[in-house]
Parts: sequence; structure tokens; C-alpha cells
Amino acid sequence: MDSTPIEEVERRGPQALWPRRSPQAREEGTRGALIAAGSTVAVFGFILWVVLTSEAWPKVQRQFFSWFHFKESFPDVASGFWLDIKMFAVAEVLILVIALAVAMIRALRGPAFLPLRIIVVTYIDLIRGIPILLLILLMGFGIPSLALPGVPRSPLFWGVAALVISYSAYTAEVYRAGIESVHESQRMSARSIGLTQGQALRQVIVPQAIRNVIPALLNGFVSLQKDVALVFVLGVREGLREADIYNARTFNYTSYIAAAVLFLLVSVPVARFTDWYTERDRRRKQAMSS
Amino acid sequence: MRFKTMTAILLALALVAAACGDDDAADGDGGDTGSCEVADLNLVTLDTLTVATGEPAFPPWVSGPDGANFDDPESGTGFEAALVYALAAEMGFTDDQVTWIRSGFDEVIAPGPKDFDFNLQQYSITAAREEVVDFSDPYYTTAQALVAFPDSAVASATSLADLKDAKLGAQIGTTSLDFIEDVIAPTSDAAVYDTNVDAKTALDVGQVDGLVMDLPTAYYVTAVEIEGSVIVAEFETASAAPDEYGLLFADGNSLVGCVNAALSTLRDSGALAALEDEWLVSAGGLVSISG
Repeated sequence: MDSTPIEEVERRGPQALWPRRSPQAREEGTRGALIAAGSTVAVFGFILWVVLTSEAWPKVQRQFFSWFHFKESFPDVASGFWLDIKMFAVAEVLILVIALAVAMIRALRGPAFLPLRIIVVTYIDLIRGIPILLLILLMGFGIPSLALPGVPRSPLFWGVAALVISYSAYTAEVYRAGIESVHESQRMSARSIGLTQGQALRQVIVPQAIRNVIPALLNGFVSLQKDVALVFVLGVREGLREADIYNARTFNYTSYIAAAVLFLLVSVPVARFTDWYTERDRRRKQAMSS
Repeated sequence: MRFKTMTAILLALALVAAACGDDDAADGDGGDTGSCEVADLNLVTLDTLTVATGEPAFPPWVSGPDGANFDDPESGTGFEAALVYALAAEMGFTDDQVTWIRSGFDEVIAPGPKDFDFNLQQYSITAAREEVVDFSDPYYTTAQALVAFPDSAVASATSLADLKDAKLGAQIGTTSLDFIEDVIAPTSDAAVYDTNVDAKTALDVGQVDGLVMDLPTAYYVTAVEIEGSVIVAEFETASAAPDEYGLLFADGNSLVGCVNAALSTLRDSGALAALEDEWLVSAGGLVSISG
């Protein structure tokens, strides 16, 4: 540690300026770990002790954490959850495609495209302002009641359609943030080598834009993965609905725990993957810039 | 709905905390003496009978004066509202000593102290539920009925087999839903709705062929709520356990005995039957479907 900050930067790059652990901190490391472990055990142990020794715990355990009811409700909840996964898969693909199209239309320049831009901006503003549950009810019960020939009546169809429409509006804004994060010089260079506006968007800007917003897109995945459950209002028997039914029938909440376990099994890995990806991307960008 | 799960867990923790603190008095047995005098009853609020029902509560169970509106239990109109005032009078309460509150489903079934003496909104008595709450003796036994439009696929059904391929709907937490699944057992899963309102909408827009509901509600729905719908048939309850409605109490509430005594007096005197005649249509002459 004899070198000046400037020498350090020359040797190790800009990272040298970031806060580092002092040598003392390193010595205190072991003790710190012990203290961390001790306080963690003490705090969580105390909370557990308070809960488990309370007079009403057996009652709460019976109604929320009953192994019997977990096993009873799990098959129905799991089969409903499978429908959630299928709805999620179909909706997510549609959302990624539609939202990108919307964002690209919004990014188009030139007076000729004004009507298109008006349409997509109105769509994004309007849909993002409507509670998703209302949209599901409106489309799921409203459109079939028009009794238009050839238009499906299935609540499943309209429930997923409502999710796609709602999430596409949000996701289009994520893409837009990505597109705007690509430096203007990229567009200029693309145009200067003779690409049309559309080509420049598709081949130069969008690929970079998507890479910038992948963590945000994955965040949307996690959110959608839970929101697909909202189609229950239309009578669709998805996972949380099955848990609801079990709860209403037996007055026992353990079925929700079964549903929560299934949802966590999917959402936690996605969250970990997002972190891993973001970190890897950050490292790569640093590697490129140094 | 994930939110609901979280709420449930938070609620559990909150209840645990509450249980550690005070609870000994609230759970105590005010009715130990066996006396059913108002002053001796184990009540949530002293000298007051606090009764909970749904929000909104629907006819024919809770109506309003003149039939113009509904959801007015204080008026004593509708079968359940009238029953509560009859019970209260039998137990020695004046009408002014009856207080109505509204309750959501989760408040009713969550463990811990309740803010009502009893709750009534057509709760079916089942063994699984008895583990968590207490029920009074049944105050009404109902048949299940099938509601549909006359031109629907199920309108001409005369046997359970005719309903196998039908798409049926019911309200969550009702015996009607159990009836569809256990007795009719159709090939496609029953659609399940939070409220009868949603179920009716689904029928109206053609997402289900028919709805199963208790007979008194079916009369009201077909007469008032869904124009053009009819009661296709009532189901013979012999093919399933009878659907009995009970007043719902907190687990271990000593008030149950006194309410049961009053209920049985009303039944023996014929007053209960008179209330049924007054508020619940029973036109008869329906096609019945048996298993």
C-alpha cells in the first residue's frame, strides 16, 4: 500500500479507486464472522422461541402448517400450478414479441410515423393506468358477453390475453429504456453506412438495447409468474385457486403454503439467475472497457 | 393472491404475538354456570348480541324493507336476519341489543379471538370445518339446484349422467361445489367463482352451461337476478350428505349451548318453519334429479 492512488489506478485500472477492506478489517474477519453467526442464531432463535412456545401456536400450526393438509391439498394445487406454468410460458413469449414491436414503433422517427406513435403511446399510457384485475374482468366477462360470432368465450383465453396486453405495455417501456440507453452515435453510424431507419433499429440498436435490459426483463418474468394467478377471478382453476378452494372447504390455510412452495420453486431460481447474469454482464463490460 | 398468502403468514405471527399477551380472560368460560341468562352469557360485548354476516348479504337470506333494497339485516327482513331476531328474543335480548357487523371470509376462519358472537351466511356444517370453528345445530337444510338458460345444453337433463359433459360452475366454499365434484363428477372441472355474482356473470355470457347453488338462492337468482334463467331441477339429497347450514362460533365458545337451546325452542314451537315459509320460496313441482 505504498503507492499513490494514481499509481494504483495505472497498475490496476479504475477499480483501484473503489473502497477496499482495510488490513485491520481482514484481521477482524474471523471474529466478524463469528459475531454475525452468533447474532443471526440469537435473533432468529429468539423469534422462533417466541412463536413456538406461545400458547396459541398449536392452533396456528394446525391451521397454517399442517403436514396432513399439505399432503391433502398438494396434488390439486400442483395440477393447478401446472396450468399457471403453461399460461406463463405462452404469455411471456407473446409479451416479449409484442412489447418489442410496440417499443420499436415508439422509437421510429419522422412525421410519417406520427399516427402510429400516437396509437402506441395511448396504448401504453392507458393500459398501465388500468388495474390488471379490472382488465382481466373486463376482457374475460365483457368481450364474451358481446356474443360476437367467431370470437372465443373461453375465460382462459381472455385471461391470458388481458395479461399479455397489460404486461406488453410495461415491457415496451423496459425496451424503450434499453433503446434510449444506446448512444445516439450508434444510430448515426448505422444510418451513415446506408441502413434504413428500420434496419438501423433492428440490426444495430435493438440487439444492444435488449442486452442492457435483460435484468429488467427477467424481473418482469418473476412478476408475471405470480400474476398469472389473477385469472382465477374468471373461474379458471389455477394453482392459487385450488389452494383457495381447499381453504374454503376445510378452513385450513396450509394449502396456501403448498402453493407458495411451488411459486418459490420457480421464482427463486429466476431471481438467482438474474443476479448471476447481471454480475457476469458487469464483469464483461469492465473487461471490455479496460 | 401471493399477497393473500403473505397476509396469512403475517396474520399468524401477529396472532401469536397477541396470544402471548392477554388472552386468558377472553377465552375463559363465561358460560360455566350453565345459565343462559343474558347477564351470564359469554359475549364479545356485554349485554349485546354481536352477529356477523357477509358483505353484501344477499336475499333471500338478508333483504331490506319493502323489498326495494337488500343487505339491510337491521331491518330483520330475509330469513337469516329474521332468524337472528327470533333467536335473540328467545334468549332474552331486545332488538336494540342486537348489533350487526360484517366479516370477510379470512377473519372468520383465522385462529384466535373473534369480534362476533356468531356469524351466519349459509355456512355448511362439515367435519373438516368443525376442527377449526364451532357450529350450532343446523337451522336450515337445503337441496342443491341446477340453474341454466332454457336453451342450454343442460336444460333438458333428467339424470346425473346427462350432466357429465356439462361445464358447470359454483361459488367457492359451498357445498354446491362439492356436490358437482363428488356427485355429478363432470368430465371438465367445475369453474369456481369468488361470489355468486361472478358465477352469474359467467352463466350470462355463456362460459358455463349451468350453475349449481342452494335451492332458495336458485329461486331468487332465477326470479330476480338473471333474466330468462330457470331452475332446471333440484337434486335429490339422498345421493349426497344433506347440506345443513349452521351458525358459526369461535372454537370452544360456550355460547353455542344457549343458542342451540333457543334454536330448538324455535323449532319445536313451529316458529322456525314459519320463518322458512315467510322468507324462503318453496314452490315445489320441480323436476328432481337423483343419482
